[in-house]
Amino acid sequence: MGNARGFLTRRKGGKGWHWTDIVTWVWLIGGLIVMFGPAVWLTFSSFKTPAALAEFPPSILPYVTQQVKVDGYEKPLALFEAKMPDGSTQVLAEVRRVGIVAQMVDPKAPGQIIRVNIADRQPVREIAFATENYTKPFTQFDFVQYLWNSVFVTVTATLITLIVNSMAAFALSKYEFKGRNAAMLVILATLMVPLSVILVPLYSIISTVGLFNNLWGVILPTVATPTGVFILRQYMLTIPDELIDAARMDKASEWQIYWRIILPLTAPALAVLAIFSVVWRWNDFLWPLIVLSRRELYTLQVGLSIYSGELNVQWHYILAMTVVTMIPVVLVFIFLQRFITTGIAGSGLK
Amino acid sequence: MGSITLTNIQKAYGAVHVLHDINLSIEEGEFVVFVGPSGCGKSTLLRVIAGLEKVTGGDLFIKGERVNDVSAADRGLAMVFQSYALYPHMTVRQNLAFGLENSGMAKAEIAERIGEAARMLEIDSYMDRRPGQLSGGQRQRVAIGRAIVRRPTAFLLDEPLSNLDAELRVSTRAEIAALHARLKSTMIYVTHDQVEAMTLANRIVVMRAGRIEQVGTPLDLYNAPANRFVAGFIGAPHMNFIEGEVLGATADGTTIRADDGSLIAVPVASTEVRVGDRVTLGIRPQHIALATGTAGIEAKVRMVEALGSETVIHAETLGQKMLAIVPGQRLLTSGDTIRLGLDAAPIHLFDAAGLRLATSGAQH
Repeated sequence: MGNARGFLTRRKGGKGWHWTDIVTWVWLIGGLIVMFGPAVWLTFSSFKTPAALAEFPPSILPYVTQQVKVDGYEKPLALFEAKMPDGSTQVLAEVRRVGIVAQMVDPKAPGQIIRVNIADRQPVREIAFATENYTKPFTQFDFVQYLWNSVFVTVTATLITLIVNSMAAFALSKYEFKGRNAAMLVILATLMVPLSVILVPLYSIISTVGLFNNLWGVILPTVATPTGVFILRQYMLTIPDELIDAARMDKASEWQIYWRIILPLTAPALAVLAIFSVVWRWNDFLWPLIVLSRRELYTLQVGLSIYSGELNVQWHYILAMTVVTMIPVVLVFIFLQRFITTGIAGSGLK
Repeated sequence: MGSITLTNIQKAYGAVHVLHDINLSIEEGEFVVFVGPSGCGKSTLLRVIAGLEKVTGGDLFIKGERVNDVSAADRGLAMVFQSYALYPHMTVRQNLAFGLENSGMAKAEIAERIGEAARMLEIDSYMDRRPGQLSGGQRQRVAIGRAIVRRPTAFLLDEPLSNLDAELRVSTRAEIAALHARLKSTMIYVTHDQVEAMTLANRIVVMRAGRIEQVGTPLDLYNAPANRFVAGFIGAPHMNFIEGEVLGATADGTTIRADDGSLIAVPVASTEVRVGDRVTLGIRPQHIALATGTAGIEAKVRMVEALGSETVIHAETLGQKMLAIVPGQRLLTSGDTIRLGLDAAPIHLFDAAGLRLATSGAQH
């Protein structure tokens, strides 16, 4: 605790609090709340019952009204703290509500009905996690299938992205050929064409080659990304050509140069692209929604959308499954972030 | 038949000609050094031999076979790069094994060759480290080791010592010489450092602007440079040059009027010298002696470097700087007037085009 306080009140040195200390503190704490707050709220809300979600004012933590089993009543009754006419408060269970009057009983003496104005009672609340928000989609709906589809699309698309883009980047960074810069420019220019523009032609291509309603139809159009080619090419340009000359002298074929020299040395950039690709493919919504129309092929994001119907939005399931869909992305960041920071390890040259 | 023969080798990048008509024959087991100022094409020539650059004209033969269209991998040569170019993500052992694995050699033989090279270069103790964890000298050894395990027809070394500090450079230089004596393989070595060239080479190839200026043993180049460029490039410090016009040429000597008007008489004669010719007189700093009386030419001392065993005198005479290195310790200070004796020295005469003129008289 002392450590935490020492950490939170750390200053830049000197005796008192400098105004920059305060600005820094407010800025950082504010940033923490702005960035982390929604995620925390989402996570807690995902454990709320539909009733608790509809509550106003909203709470951060998932509360439910305590319930108690009272003799003579079949169902458990909700507990309330009621203000009695004599000014004392008493914990009572509500049997039913008629207009603005609640009929309540004392759980210890269930025989006598007490009438209380609903303005005079407060629910007794406790923190409870509605885990059925999580279990139900998996047990009763097809969420496991959606999860599998998403994992398949993400992993396959990322692997193909890494291989295809690194090959293109290798050629564009290490081979001299006519039109190399023009090719690079054309690739970069495609960054300026948004998906919505090419949606229709892309759709007709996919349906013509018979990949409509097929996970490969989701994967293949996305694997060659100009961003990926650009990131990898810029990184490969920093790999000295002498290494490639040395490999050529060492009887390495062009494939071996790519596979055994260039690819391992591009690992930091590949990690960055892998993170991007995983996040992109995992969060893809529009394209899978268009290509996939059979339920058993839905990815998570498309699957999530079926909880928000025209008339009824099942927020509790949406929130819970949103948390589930966040987990892999968070994991990928945790495991791959060190590659981003270690970046350019010694290149083995002088 | 030379082990490596170059005939009329040309190399051009578009309109820029980097190598012009290179003719050279390198014998089996020879240590040849390409030397020249930076940009003279010596590294390009090495890369052409290695196969990393394609020639645009001429023929290249290795062991009698024309290899113009043979890839670098199949020429049987090994190269040590200036930056070492070790694979940073592989251990030293993997670095050495990479080339052998690519040629499909059996594991046992690879291990044996690596072990042998490691013992020879004393790199056994860091075989499992990565290049990033090694010092410059260690990386240098690994780079040489990577070439040795290949057992190449010839070693190509591209300024291998330029990244080492002065002390390490001297010791590694000696090791490379020892290695050549032991392996008896052909070595082609590129450097811009003429001391390295002088100490290592069987033969030196002096290059300038894509042309070979002279090929010869180190002492040939030192004693009989073909032209003014070679004379100035070989030997440290550089040769002094005095430009002037021939006033008199007899069998006993030549009299020259330097550009500032003073007269110098040197005891060398050349049948190719005519009165009125523009000539350049070349004399090495080590060959200048301090003269007494009226002998020699008068000079003003500008700076003195006392090295203990010898004294380097920066003097000014005939309107230009002259360097003299005299043995022992001299009590001279800046501003003193001295006389530089040229009598006993081997003096070279170069014609207006810079070519050395055959001379007779006081030589060597």
